[in-house]
Amino acid sequence: MTDNVHTGNVHTGSIPDERPPANTVGPVAWLRNNLFNTWYNALLTILIAWLLFKAIPPLLDWLIFSANSFGTPPQVCRQEGGACWTFVSEKLRFVMFGTFPYDEQWRPLITIVIIIALVLASCDRRFWKPWLGLLWIAGLTAVGVLMWGGVLGLTYVENTLWGGLPLTLMLSVVGLSVAFPASVLLALGRRSQLPAIRVISVTYIELIRGVPLISLLFMASVMFPLFLPTGVNFDKLLRAQIAFIMFAAAYMAEAIRGGLQAIPKGQYEAADALGLNYWQAMGKIILPQALAISIPPLVNTFISFFKDTSLVIIIGLYDLLGTAKAALSDPAWRGFYREAYLFIGVIYWVFCYSMSKYSQKLERDLHRGHRR
Amino acid sequence: MTMAQTAGAARTFPQGEPIIQCQGVHKWYGEFHVLKNIDLSVAKGERIVICGPSGSGKSTMIRCLNRLEEHQKGSIIVDGIELTGNLKNIELVRREVGMVFQHFNLFPHLTVLENCTLAPIWVRKKPKAEAEEMAMRYLKRVRIAEQALKYPGQLSGGQQQRVAIARSLCMSPKVMLFDEPTSALDPEMVKEVLDVMIGLAEDGMTMLCVTHEMGFAKSVADRVIFMDRGEIVEQNTPNEFFNSPQSERTKLFLSQILNH
Ligand SMILES: Nc1ncnc2c1ncn2[C@@H]1O[C@H](COP(=O)(O)OP(=O)(O)OP(=O)(O)O)[C@@H](O)[C@H]1O
Ligand SMILES: [Mg+2]
Repeated sequence: MTDNVHTGNVHTGSIPDERPPANTVGPVAWLRNNLFNTWYNALLTILIAWLLFKAIPPLLDWLIFSANSFGTPPQVCRQEGGACWTFVSEKLRFVMFGTFPYDEQWRPLITIVIIIALVLASCDRRFWKPWLGLLWIAGLTAVGVLMWGGVLGLTYVENTLWGGLPLTLMLSVVGLSVAFPASVLLALGRRSQLPAIRVISVTYIELIRGVPLISLLFMASVMFPLFLPTGVNFDKLLRAQIAFIMFAAAYMAEAIRGGLQAIPKGQYEAADALGLNYWQAMGKIILPQALAISIPPLVNTFISFFKDTSLVIIIGLYDLLGTAKAALSDPAWRGFYREAYLFIGVIYWVFCYSMSKYSQKLERDLHRGHRR
Repeated sequence: MTMAQTAGAARTFPQGEPIIQCQGVHKWYGEFHVLKNIDLSVAKGERIVICGPSGSGKSTMIRCLNRLEEHQKGSIIVDGIELTGNLKNIELVRREVGMVFQHFNLFPHLTVLENCTLAPIWVRKKPKAEAEEMAMRYLKRVRIAEQALKYPGQLSGGQQQRVAIARSLCMSPKVMLFDEPTSALDPEMVKEVLDVMIGLAEDGMTMLCVTHEMGFAKSVADRVIFMDRGEIVEQNTPNEFFNSPQSERTKLFLSQILNH
């Protein structure tokens, strides 16, 4: 008797298939298994349900039902209570573009579009070709021209006037895209056979990781000038950008090192035995696997750095958070903190959540088929 | 029958033009002396089986031949190039020496076909189409062409090992090194891999194979080398080696592996 032949899920055995007992399937069973399986879980379930019942209606009321729609003047808002979404519509351009000259604000708008388009294009693995690098150079050049101007009939705009979302995007996108290759080199350096390179990488990583980002930003604005000859003025934005790159590179290097360590020795040996040189072995065999493993910690770093760009406010740059705070200092709009922080919170969240979602998709794609 | 009288180690191999020459090779891991005074000369087209107890230094020895391990004393010349610290020379030697590992070591992020074309394209600078055509030829030869677009993780152990052999062959090596190619395989898959290796031997490939498959040694080897505690204790034709082993250590080893 060979009864263990099966097609799909149907066993053609001597014992007929039966349905599972009714009390183990269906919504009631689900509730019992997941929410009320022990007396303390039942208690927790009831407690949380009560808290939600208490918290959600007033929140919804403020957000939607009693909210004042766009156009309600602030004085009316103040009397009525409820969210005052006029703040958002009124201050939208200031929060988004900061002090960039009002009539020229189409320029930062296009900047945002270009940067997002570049990032989206880079998300598609079919575009992972050498020309993508050229596209980035072209795109970032266009961004530079748009923001600074001074050529092609565009008026010159000093970068102290830049602010809002373009500043946040530029700091993070430029920062992370420079820091990423640097971090790969640092991670490889830390595992190098050459002692000098290893010592330099380790020292760099440990030094930078050992200080808070804020202090690095301060140092970038007060210490760099010490090293420069007097009279040479080093751009504040550029200093902040460099501080970010240095910091992000050290963190990402450690994330990548974790991935490198997970690659079995046999992979290095097989690559060596085929006659690949160091860079070929790293570029074709080791890094593609190590980076795929490092995606979760890397995305973690990406997300936290995207948000940490808001720290530039301490050296007097107005990123998205900075412009929102500045908008609140307008006497007519003082006090609408909730609306302001909620609004930029949503913007940050949309970007970070997209990064997270994309990374999950990328992880799935990269692991498809070759899981051992 | 004059050979039977001489001690195996004293017999002089090989007769033809040598492709590998080791002279007085020593290697240490820290204080531990793994290879002791290895003298080995391999002729073109020769098929050598290396056996010996676990830890005797078999893997270490063949891994010195493509410098996956570094020796500290003596000289190793492969295909006319001496293996020293010179990276360029090491890469040149590795192009000509294929290696098959116990655990296959296929690249899991690349398809079977990409595994096979990677080195020809990047090391031999072959055009992609040509490399793919050659890869398909070798994959056919190891009877796995229909799996070319799968990933290694989707294949059985025996299939993976055959791909690993094809991957090495795609570099058109002059010598193939095998380090226990069948010992990580389930018994029913050993034969399919050995068949491929026998086919290679029949085509005249120079092979050095660390294995415990004594049937393979008897049927294809020109010479069997017995290693123990870092030394080459005895080497002889399979016939002599199995029927009239010279040293006590060889006899003990043979009695252990043939009697289970
Ligand atoms: N990287 C290393 N560091 C220190 N000792 C090592 C290292 N690699 C191997 N050895 C030791 O060297 C000796 C020879 O190892 P080797 O792998 O060459 O043996 P082998 O003959 O291939 O054995 P097996 O049949 O188990 O594969 C062993 O005693 C092993 O413990
Ligand atoms: Mg071994």
